[in-house]
Amino acid sequence: MKAPATPAAARPDAASGPGSGSGRLWVGLLPWLWMLSFFVLPFALIVNVSLSTPELAVPPYVSPFAGESGAPAFHPDPSAYRRLGDELLARGAAGAERQYLAAFANSLLLASLATLCCLLIGYPFAYHIARARASARNTLLMLVMLPFWTSFLLRVYAWMGLLDSSEVGLINQLLLALGVVAEPLPLLYNGGAVLVGMVYSYLPFMVLPLYANLVKLDLRLLEAARDLGARPSIAFLRVTLPLSRRGIVAGSMLVFIPAVGEFVIPDLLGGGGVLTIGRRIWDDFGPNQDWPMAAAVAVLMVLMLIAPIMLLHRHGRAREDGP
Amino acid sequence: MGAGAQAGAEVLGPAGEAAYLRIEHVGKRFGDVWAVRDVSLTIAEREIFALLGSSGCGKSTLLRMIAGLETPSTGRIVLDGEDLARVPAHRRPTNMMFQSYALFPHLTVAGNVAFGLHQLRPRLARAEIDARVDAMLDLVQMKAYAGRAPQELSGGQQQRVALARSLAREPKLLLLDEPLAALDKKIRRQTQFELVGLIRRVGVTCILVTHDQEEAMTMASRIGIMSEGALVQVGTPDDIYAHPNCCFSAGFIGETNLFEGRIRDGRLVGADFPQPIVLALACGDLPAEGSAAWLSLRPECVRVHPLAAADEAAAASGCENRAPAEVAEIAYLGGHSIYHLRLPGGRSMIASVPSAHWGDAPPPARGARVQVCWAAPDGVLLSR
Amino acid sequence: MNGLRGWGGRAWLLGVYAFLYVPILCLVVFSFTAGEITTQFDGFSLRWYAALAHDAELHRAVLLSLRIGALAASAAVVLGAAAAVVLVRFGAYFGSRFFAGMMTAPMVMPEVVVGLSLVLLFTHPALPLLSGRGVLAIWVAHATLCAGDVAVLVASRLREMDRALEEAALDLGCPPLKVFFVITVPVIAPALIAGWLLAFTLSMDDFVLAAMLSDPGSTTLPVLVFARLHHGLKPEINALATVIVVVVSVAVLAANRLLLSAQRRGALRLR
Repeated sequence: MKAPATPAAARPDAASGPGSGSGRLWVGLLPWLWMLSFFVLPFALIVNVSLSTPELAVPPYVSPFAGESGAPAFHPDPSAYRRLGDELLARGAAGAERQYLAAFANSLLLASLATLCCLLIGYPFAYHIARARASARNTLLMLVMLPFWTSFLLRVYAWMGLLDSSEVGLINQLLLALGVVAEPLPLLYNGGAVLVGMVYSYLPFMVLPLYANLVKLDLRLLEAARDLGARPSIAFLRVTLPLSRRGIVAGSMLVFIPAVGEFVIPDLLGGGGVLTIGRRIWDDFGPNQDWPMAAAVAVLMVLMLIAPIMLLHRHGRAREDGP
Repeated sequence: MGAGAQAGAEVLGPAGEAAYLRIEHVGKRFGDVWAVRDVSLTIAEREIFALLGSSGCGKSTLLRMIAGLETPSTGRIVLDGEDLARVPAHRRPTNMMFQSYALFPHLTVAGNVAFGLHQLRPRLARAEIDARVDAMLDLVQMKAYAGRAPQELSGGQQQRVALARSLAREPKLLLLDEPLAALDKKIRRQTQFELVGLIRRVGVTCILVTHDQEEAMTMASRIGIMSEGALVQVGTPDDIYAHPNCCFSAGFIGETNLFEGRIRDGRLVGADFPQPIVLALACGDLPAEGSAAWLSLRPECVRVHPLAAADEAAAASGCENRAPAEVAEIAYLGGHSIYHLRLPGGRSMIASVPSAHWGDAPPPARGARVQVCWAAPDGVLLSR
Repeated sequence: MNGLRGWGGRAWLLGVYAFLYVPILCLVVFSFTAGEITTQFDGFSLRWYAALAHDAELHRAVLLSLRIGALAASAAVVLGAAAAVVLVRFGAYFGSRFFAGMMTAPMVMPEVVVGLSLVLLFTHPALPLLSGRGVLAIWVAHATLCAGDVAVLVASRLREMDRALEEAALDLGCPPLKVFFVITVPVIAPALIAGWLLAFTLSMDDFVLAAMLSDPGSTTLPVLVFARLHHGLKPEINALATVIVVVVSVAVLAANRLLLSAQRRGALRLR
């Protein structure tokens, strides 16, 4: 991430549209200044802190700009990145827990699996909503959105009750009552539970862009394909699927990107065993008070997410038809 | 026979009338492109003037500059003695009817018509606004719909509301941007006459922009033809039809046969006509020897004769220009037929022949050999 | 054949809807238990609703969340609408692509990163004016996070809007600034309202930013709920969930009804 332009430098640009007047200037200034101050500048601070030296203080780091005298100086301390690199490349002391490597691997794996599951569940789902009667579509779509509007935390909490590993867990209760198992299954506090939670929480993000894309699909194209002798399966593979590519990419990225950084779901459903990037940042930032490390992990994660974000940006129009 | 009359900017106004609107050397540049270039035009009070041209010719830009929605890059616009250069759109005594009608969706029909009246300063009394809205809706026969939302109206009704809205402020100049383009073809013709009647009754000066020559010719007393940002010819519809001053206006108003060639010995040669074309011009009016020129010949000026009787018929009607031709296509249109004829060189010509022309003899069929001819004075020589 | 596929499709829809709603239904059912365990039904009772009604800590958190939600949504609407005008109406200028990216990035950026970055800003020793963590910080965070969503909603509405409407108002004598308020705002009002509701919901629902930016005096509802999920589950949370589900369902249904009828009438009638 490059250092942000100073607000003063960006100001004239903001208003140099055609026919700029003072009204336009002010309209442009507000969002420009706000986003520079509260999104770009903070981001630069993350980069700055990631190059800082951790210290027992408030705040717990020494900025690379803090010179001994008042003279402006820049002394970046790459130690956070060095430590992170050692961890990720497993060069630490033998028997180290390799927590960071586990966190990155877990996050990427869980996010990929969640994206795949959402796509496999969401595509036929969106397809059938899009093919439903026009009068029913609105209701069906609203039913997808409704859980999204209720509390995210409480929806994750619902799965804590369902997956509980003791004999009072709802699924275990059912399985025991049906005699399928003799002992309650350890359903909660593992990767599988986190995956279920992610799929459950992010499914609407997949369904909406897919639906927006599929509902616009010209049915005559399919009829034409059938008319030209394509079997239904071929027509789907050669016409429907390629034409819904934008929706697939947008939906997948909308699931994948937040899933990589997710904190709440792994924390509540994963227990101590499932380390993720989100939890790593949270712990380094919170209990461990290792802000430079938290910042370095955040920078690395954002770098990893640049490609998916660009992909989403290019296919992002689908989002506009969303909620 | 005003062939090649080079209309200068100064003579464009209607003779003998005081100019109400004066457009002087107005141009508009968007980036590197001149959308309007050096247009000069005067319009008299109460005149209905049409700017005619194909899409993208700059006619709408010119209209928008008059309304103040675009700023001219060059030139100035003077309305009723007032230079409009420093007057912003919302203070101009002009009102425009937009192509999309632009009726405010969140206001009722009455609210739309009242909108402009609410902006007047000093403020009008509420009762007076209501009375004027009533009168306007009455004028366009939309009183029964005063409380409706614009979206509930048909296209023709929306057009009438838009007209009432733009007339409510009693503008000095009414601007109509493609007023009927959004309507079905069927009701368009009827609406043309209604609209003209209404504008005449109100007595407002009006400029309308259209790409439809029929609309322009029905509605306007004078027409300005625009092409590539320039005003190429201004005149009454019949004047332009009979005396086009360039190939563009000849082709744009009505159909025509254009022959391209060079002037040699007082004739047009090199045209894809079998012989040099005889021109009916005094030597002094002719373009320079050897220069490029075009001859425009209206289809109804072309005579078609069966080959057998050709020579005496041609001689009798005094046609200097003749050639054999083959009938390629015939479109029978009742009172007359359009003949598509193929000349020996391969080029085609169209002729409009009255059905009565053939008398008792059978008209030539497709593939028949005929002779085409026309009298030299019927052709209009154009130098551009 | 078509019928078979129809049945398959229907079964799939039903299955996914079950997946979406069974967990919520479970929450609701066990909110009426008389026992202490959140997954065992020990007779019907409303005791957990009574507990909810007397939970002062929870009430404070709800009130704070409502307040932050309303303020953040209002700020996000102002920011987002201004940003949408810049995105749609300013054309291309130096930095316009950067601006578009900057507006939409918070929507896809993982919340922990946004949260961390804002903590660094608000605790930065050189910026004492920002007064550290607390309600102000949460408000700023939520407004920033939601501005992009509002901007996207409003921008798509602005793009659909006929520019001639504004020109017509200008032509009819309305001064430019007034045109924005009497023509543009009413026409994009549905997007502004939808944007406000979306921002409000996101703010009410946000845990990560609020948790990272809260100080002891600014415990929002999600922060409180998260703490309770970690320290002993009680069916009181189910009762809370039930209340939220009911309120949200009623609100969404009402909003949907309103929006549909407004669409049918063409637009909101003002004046």
